[in-house]
Amino acid sequence: MAIEIRDVNKSFGTTPVLRDVSLDVAAGSLTALLGPSGGGKSTLLRVIAGLERPDTGTVRISGVDATRLSPQRRNVGFVFQHYAAFKHLTVFRNVAFGLEIRKRPKAEIRKRVMELLELVHLEKLADRYPSQLSGGQRQRMALARALAVEPQVLLLDEPFGALDAQVRKELRAWLRRLHDEVHVTTVFVTHDQEEAIEVADTIVVLAGGEVVQTGSPVEVYDNPANPFVMRFLGPVTELGGSLVRPHDIEISQDPVEGGSPAVVSRVVRLGFEARVEVEIDGREAWVQVTREQADRLGLEPGDTVHVRPLPGARSLALAV
Amino acid sequence: MTAITVRPVRRPAGGTAAGLGVAVLYLSLIVLIPLAAVVWRSADQGPGYFWRSVTTPDAWAALTLTIGASALVALINLVMGTAIAWVLVRDRFPGRAVLDTIIDLPFALPTIVAGLVLLALYGPQSPLGINLAYSRAGVVLALMFVTLPFVVRTVQPVLLELDTEMEQAAASLGAGPFQIFRRVILPNLIPAMLSGTALAFTRAIAEFGSTVLISGNLPFKTQVAAVNIFGQIESDNTTGAAAISTVLLAVALVALITLDALQRWGSRRG
Amino acid sequence: MAKHVLRLVAVAYVLLLLVLPVAVIIWRTFGDGLGPFVEAMTSPSAVHAFKVTTVVAGWAVVLNTVFGVGTALLLVRHEFPGKRLLGALIDLPTAVSPVVVGLALILVYGRFSPVGGLLESWGIQVIFSTPGMVLATVFVALPLVVRAVVPVLEELGDEQEQAAHTLGASRLQTFVRITLPGIRWALGYGVVLCLARSLGEYGAVAVVSGRLVDQTQTLTLFVEERFQNFDQPAAFAAATTLALIAVVTLLLTKLLRPKDRSDGN
Repeated sequence: MAIEIRDVNKSFGTTPVLRDVSLDVAAGSLTALLGPSGGGKSTLLRVIAGLERPDTGTVRISGVDATRLSPQRRNVGFVFQHYAAFKHLTVFRNVAFGLEIRKRPKAEIRKRVMELLELVHLEKLADRYPSQLSGGQRQRMALARALAVEPQVLLLDEPFGALDAQVRKELRAWLRRLHDEVHVTTVFVTHDQEEAIEVADTIVVLAGGEVVQTGSPVEVYDNPANPFVMRFLGPVTELGGSLVRPHDIEISQDPVEGGSPAVVSRVVRLGFEARVEVEIDGREAWVQVTREQADRLGLEPGDTVHVRPLPGARSLALAV
Repeated sequence: MTAITVRPVRRPAGGTAAGLGVAVLYLSLIVLIPLAAVVWRSADQGPGYFWRSVTTPDAWAALTLTIGASALVALINLVMGTAIAWVLVRDRFPGRAVLDTIIDLPFALPTIVAGLVLLALYGPQSPLGINLAYSRAGVVLALMFVTLPFVVRTVQPVLLELDTEMEQAAASLGAGPFQIFRRVILPNLIPAMLSGTALAFTRAIAEFGSTVLISGNLPFKTQVAAVNIFGQIESDNTTGAAAISTVLLAVALVALITLDALQRWGSRRG
Repeated sequence: MAKHVLRLVAVAYVLLLLVLPVAVIIWRTFGDGLGPFVEAMTSPSAVHAFKVTTVVAGWAVVLNTVFGVGTALLLVRHEFPGKRLLGALIDLPTAVSPVVVGLALILVYGRFSPVGGLLESWGIQVIFSTPGMVLATVFVALPLVVRAVVPVLEELGDEQEQAAHTLGASRLQTFVRITLPGIRWALGYGVVLCLARSLGEYGAVAVVSGRLVDQTQTLTLFVEERFQNFDQPAAFAAATTLALIAVVTLLLTKLLRPKDRSDGN
């Protein structure tokens, strides 16, 4: 295990932020800490980095107890949400910083920095200052800076949080490819379930300071541990007292076995998919169908249809 | 893996305590203990002696002159400082940047030099034919010189931040220029104007160097409190000097507490 | 119309109160050419006063810079009980009359006080000597560096410092490589203000120095002493020197003032 966290508790004043958190991160994995804001995910990341000390519990990195080590001696790479670029240093000097601290020979530093700048596609901007870079470029510089010291683990705090949607999408795919090239154990924090599912190979859901569920994106999406996780990871609707994904619902004009009658109240076409809003026994629900399906069924408000969960659909019973 | 280590949050505590210790020691040795010694010495021989020291005719005259002149100067600054800040922020003319820089001159110029330059222009050899040397007007002039930047520099940033859309809104609602000033601008400036005035007042009651040459230090006429204290120290009456110093410190303290209250009032009003 | 009246009043006020008086003294100093000025400023007393001023101000600036940066870091980066009180005490010297500063130091460090007596028995004379003048100057200039650095440290935030830590930098390395470059303009501004205040201090130094000509006489004391002894050329020459230093200070602070600089590049 690259990171082993055991029974970590942490409070700010009287507010508990982490409660009995235990977690293993496999070497070489790309793990997302996913959860709503205030769920404790950033604090957990900072505990791993040594930027916060846990009140109780232990943190081991590569088998060594790091609980008492200062961040300076943990050899972790940390990428901050707002980049924490050293404003007074050029891109080159920013990336070289950790190597200069380690007093590596000049020639070696130069070689390593240029390699990394190529990796993050900033080799032409080596002599610029951070203020002359775009947000995405700064973030890539911060990543190269963190990677320069060959960290045992790479930690990213909401790495794309401050970027606009387009750049965000590009960087996500790029981070995935980068990880496949570099293979460093990586943990990143995000509140965006799409980002976690797309990039990570393991997702850790944190809420209320506790680890709620750990697993691969497919596991967490398909077998959510509780309604909260199910809601957080994707769209849900209520059907017969259970939570169901709206795309896991079958809709037909004729009565079917196990189906319930429903009245269509609205049909919204969103590009290739359609959102069918229905009322079942006075309760509102919605079904996601392809546009082609919607057209074939010829759904109009006021129509009575029959809905049931698809065979094999995962649903979670709601406690009433 | 059941080891649980319990420790209170105290990561930087070692460094903090050491740094705090050094800072407090430095502050105590140079500022706090000496100032406490002044207050202590003033009470040395009982409240009766303190009262007699403060109310000797010359000390009392110096104190009342200082406080009166300082209050007058603070008022002048309230008006002129605001006017200058207004011109610096809202007016555009060649030389405005130079004017803006010159405002800080009293902060940079040694007080004794301030006194000397004023005496050169407004003294017995005045090229303008105005002689204010050895008069109370000279004292007021010196205090005006050294306190000029305070109101300007507190009002200026507030005026800069002031949203001109507010004034446009008032104009669109039918307010004339004077009404806009009185009802929209002034209420927003008053906290800054008053804190600048309080700062100018505390500076004025403490002033020594600039008044030395121009006032002539005539007891009962132009001698300010600081000069009176200086005289008492020279004649080895440290207890009397300490008594008058304590009064000055108390007046400054009251002014500063008022200032703090004004600033809170100002920030509450946003 | 009202606009022009206001402009005229403001400009006239500053002209009559600040600019003309300084201009007159410069004119009087250089009215007969550079000769009298050079002669006055190269007299042994003037040279000595200049030396004393430099030594005292130099020490005061060094001490207040170290204290100022340390205290600013403490106030911005650390949590401890009594933080607000410390912040308020830092500003205390601005409210104290220079003469009271002098008196306060005499009461504690003078020959007839317990502390001063003890120091005297160890052969250290504070009052009427350089250490006392340094103490007085440190006192009056104490808040300047702290107040210049604190807002910039706050604005800088601690993320860059944390990033440096995770990259392996020690506290000292982080301070030298990250924090110090981040605050350099503000620090420069504070140091220039502190230096100007220290060079120009008169009242506090007048009290603790004993005003011994050719011994503890600083340039400001030299101005007053020469003027009282009817040596106007020397007084004006020294005053002009100090005024020129003040003008240079003004221009430097204008250059360094944090709010006028968008970035540190």
